[in-house]
Formats: sequence, structure tokens, C-alpha cells
Amino acid sequence: MTKFLNRPEDAVTESLRGFARAHADLVHLEDQPRFVRRKTLTPGKVALISGGGSGHDPMHAGFVGRGMLDAAVPGEVFSSPSTEQILAAAEAVGSDAGLLCIIKNYAGDLMNFEMAMELYDGPNASMVVQDDVGAAGGSATVGRRGVAGTVVVEKIVGAFAEQGGDLEGCRLLAESVAAATRSMGVALGGCRVPTSEKPNLELPLGEMEIGVGIHGEPGRRRGPITSADAIVEELMETLLADMQPKAATPLLLFINGLGGTPPMEQYILYDAAARILDAKGLTVARSIVAPLCSSLEMPGASITLTALDDQMLALWDDPVHTPGLRWGV
Amino acid sequence: MTTTQDATQATALAILDALCARLIEAEAELNALDRAVGDGDHGHNLARAANALLAIRDELAPLSVPEMLKRAGKAVVMSVGGASGPLYGTLLLEQGKGLPEGEASRADWARAFTLAVEGVARRGKSAEGEKTMLDVLGPAARAFEGAVDQDFASALAALSQAAVDGHLHCRGLHASRGRAAYVGERSVGQDDPGATTAMICVQLVAAKLAEGAA
Repeated sequence: MTKFLNRPEDAVTESLRGFARAHADLVHLEDQPRFVRRKTLTPGKVALISGGGSGHDPMHAGFVGRGMLDAAVPGEVFSSPSTEQILAAAEAVGSDAGLLCIIKNYAGDLMNFEMAMELYDGPNASMVVQDDVGAAGGSATVGRRGVAGTVVVEKIVGAFAEQGGDLEGCRLLAESVAAATRSMGVALGGCRVPTSEKPNLELPLGEMEIGVGIHGEPGRRRGPITSADAIVEELMETLLADMQPKAATPLLLFINGLGGTPPMEQYILYDAAARILDAKGLTVARSIVAPLCSSLEMPGASITLTALDDQMLALWDDPVHTPGLRWGV
Repeated sequence: MTTTQDATQATALAILDALCARLIEAEAELNALDRAVGDGDHGHNLARAANALLAIRDELAPLSVPEMLKRAGKAVVMSVGGASGPLYGTLLLEQGKGLPEGEASRADWARAFTLAVEGVARRGKSAEGEKTMLDVLGPAARAFEGAVDQDFASALAALSQAAVDGHLHCRGLHASRGRAAYVGERSVGQDDPGATTAMICVQLVAAKLAEGAA
């Protein structure tokens, strides 16, 4: 897990500086407190913000732009942003129409967003994404972790806000999309935070962690690496058992690379997942295969399924123009 | 001439310095505990909190102790991030809010500590028994408040011991809050990083107060 670095503690700062410069037509980076905002805001629109620890690029800063987020708040690597960062982002992009916070379900993110919203003056609402069915425990007490399904929420609700959806409408839609979404990951190796000498998740060579979290958190099972088909079958069985989609429901099938798995293998996983859905008579209506919610250099992938309705499907197809996702423009 | 007020302020600053130094020193050890059950950032977050406090040390120095605690808590809440920022910031902030302005008795300190721990539980929406920092702070606050009428050295010893006992008890718990909750049964027998930090802090504060009282 060797890395391109100058000083490890400057990794987030330098990466964001490069990101903002490369995409200066779309985004603007504020510093102290740090957040990324759209270069040009749309007046009167409900503003969407999200945030969380860094290291999951392009999530979230890569989804700032037309049709998705108005601002993203990056913390240190794998660590929630601070209350003052979130408050500053909210104050920069929040409008009279309101502000919706899209939060991944982690204690630090929840507390910092909650405190920032206690201090923020304008109309606002928050929703929490918890799509990860992979962990062994926790769902009864802390809920599920929020992972790649967050991208789907941000895309669909972002399009709705762009069309003039009001704050409560945006919140309800975000809740519906999140409720219709399930994800599960697998790691074939760990990842290392730049400032740490040791990896998060130490996997012996040849072993995999089924149900891994996007920070290398343990999943539900560890064992020898098997075939791509067998791995996908295990993930899909868990996802489908939890989701119980009806045959006619149009599904979004999203294969997400975790950082160290190349596109070639992501498509092998897609092929396996699509064959399983075909065999069960389920309908793949939309597909996306890309590392959108990564976990530094982790070799691994996750599968996200969303049961779309007509409105979600149309909003998914709407134009989006961000550094990380772009179509229809 | 040194007044009681000056002595209390000097003690508070000495505790602040010692805590910050200890947390910075413990960074790698706490990250390692967190990697086993969570995302490995716990030590970084606390080191960041310590550095945030050291950065405003000159601003804190002239303040009365309650104001010092409130200002320190606000800085940690606002600027540190992670889960530790809001939780430790709330602990400091509520401790400061719980103290009377002017002369505070030892019983006032113990009461304020209990209130501060309740504030942390509210912020984290958690309770004792869920394998978190509260499994150290809760018993420590009760032990201190229960013993504060005895001589001060015994009360501090009770405080410190309760933290150690709480930490040991916590090791055997099944995590149901915090990131460790996701590992389920695999958390049993593992030290909780948050509980470990809380024990380190309580022990250090008790030791420093004992030095000051001796």
C-alpha cells in the first residue's frame, strides 16, 4: 500500500486543492472552515449538502454540481467533518427554499450534522442513509451503515431539487430512495489511511471479507477468496433476501469499485449479478459500473440495488453535471 | 500572593497540558484499538482535539475555570470532527456549565461531572452497557460523587479505580453503540477505544488533582 504523498497529514488538503483546480468550471473550494460548493448556485432552489470522512472519492465532493449536491463537506480521511465546517457550508449554500442534509449513518456524522443544524438559522431538514446489509451486527441498535447507496439518493433527489421540488418533497423522496436501496461490499484486501503506518483491515493473502464497510470495518464473514460468480451470488442472495423486489420492479444495478479493483473486474461482477437477476425474472432497468464510493486503495467492490419507481427512474435519467457523474449535458 | 482562584486556574491549566500531551502520545495506540473494531481514526481525532486546545491555550489561560472549560468544550465541539469532537467537547462544555461561577466546592465538581456525563449520553443517544466511553465515565462519576464527602484523596482514588473497573467490565460487553456495534459478537473481549480513552483521561485528571491536593 505505497502511496503518492508529500506530507501524509497534507493529503486531504492537497487532493482537494488539485480537485478544485481541475474542476474549477464546476466547483469552488473554501478553506477554514473547509467545504466544496458549486461555482454558481441556482437561486430559489432547495440546497442539498452532504459530507463525511475523506477517502471515498468521488463521493461527496465529486458530486457537487448541477443535478446533484450544492455543497460537500469533507472531513479528514475516514473521519467526520467538524460542526463548524458543516455550518459554514450550510450558510454558504442554504436558501430560503431550504437546505436538505444527506447524512451517512455514522455516529460522528450524525452528531456533527445535528449540532450544525442546531446552529443554522434557515429552514432545513436532514435524512440518514443506511443501505449496507453487510455487517454482522448493529442494525437493531445503531441502524445500518451508509455506503454507496448514498450516491443514488444524491443523484435522484438532486434532480428533483433542480426541478423545483420543495424541502419536504425532497426529504420524502430521499427517504423513499434510501428505503428502496440496499448495498453490500466485499474486500480482497485492506486499505491504509495516509497518516497511519498500518492498514485498516488486515486480511491474509488469499482471504476476503464479505460484508466489509467502506472504512475496512469487519463484515459478516471472512474466508478464502472464491470465484467471482460465487462471491456475487453470496452478496446478491443477502441483498435480495433483504429487499424482496417484485418481478416487474425496474431495478438499478450499481457495481461500485472500492478503489483497487479495475474496471475489467467490475464488469465481471456486473455480468454475474445481471445473470442472477435474469434467472430470477427480475428487471435491470438502469446500470452503472464505476468506483463512485471508494475506500482508498481497497481491492474490492460493492453491489447496490435500488427498486426504482417511475418518478425515480425519470429523475435518474435527468441531466447531471458534476466532476464525478455527468450525462445528458 | 497566590489566591485560591489562581491556584485552581493553575491546576486546571496543568491538567489541560498533561491531558493534551498524553492524548498526543497515545495517538498510535488508540488508532490501533479502533482499527480492530472500527475505522481507525480515534487516536487521530483525539490528537486533533489536543492540538486544537493547545492552539487556544493563551486564550484559555486568563479565564475562570468554568469559563475555561466552556471555551475549551466549544472549541472541541466546533473544530475537531469525528465522533470524539462532539462527545469530548460536550463533556468539557457541560462540566463548565455545571459549575457555579466563583468558588466551587468539591461536591459542586462531582455534581457537575455527573451532569457532564449525562450530557455526553444525550449527545451520543447512548446509555451505559452499550460498550462505549459511558461505561467508564458513568461509574467514575457515581464513585466520585459518592465518595466526595470523604477526604479528597480517597474520593480521587475511588474515581480512578471506578474508571479502571468500568474499562475492564466494558471489555466483556457486546457493543451495541458506536462503530464497534457492527462487528457484533467479535467485539466481546476487545477493548473499546472510546472507553480506553475515557479511562486514560479520568486516571490522569485524578492523579493530577491528587498531586495538587497533596
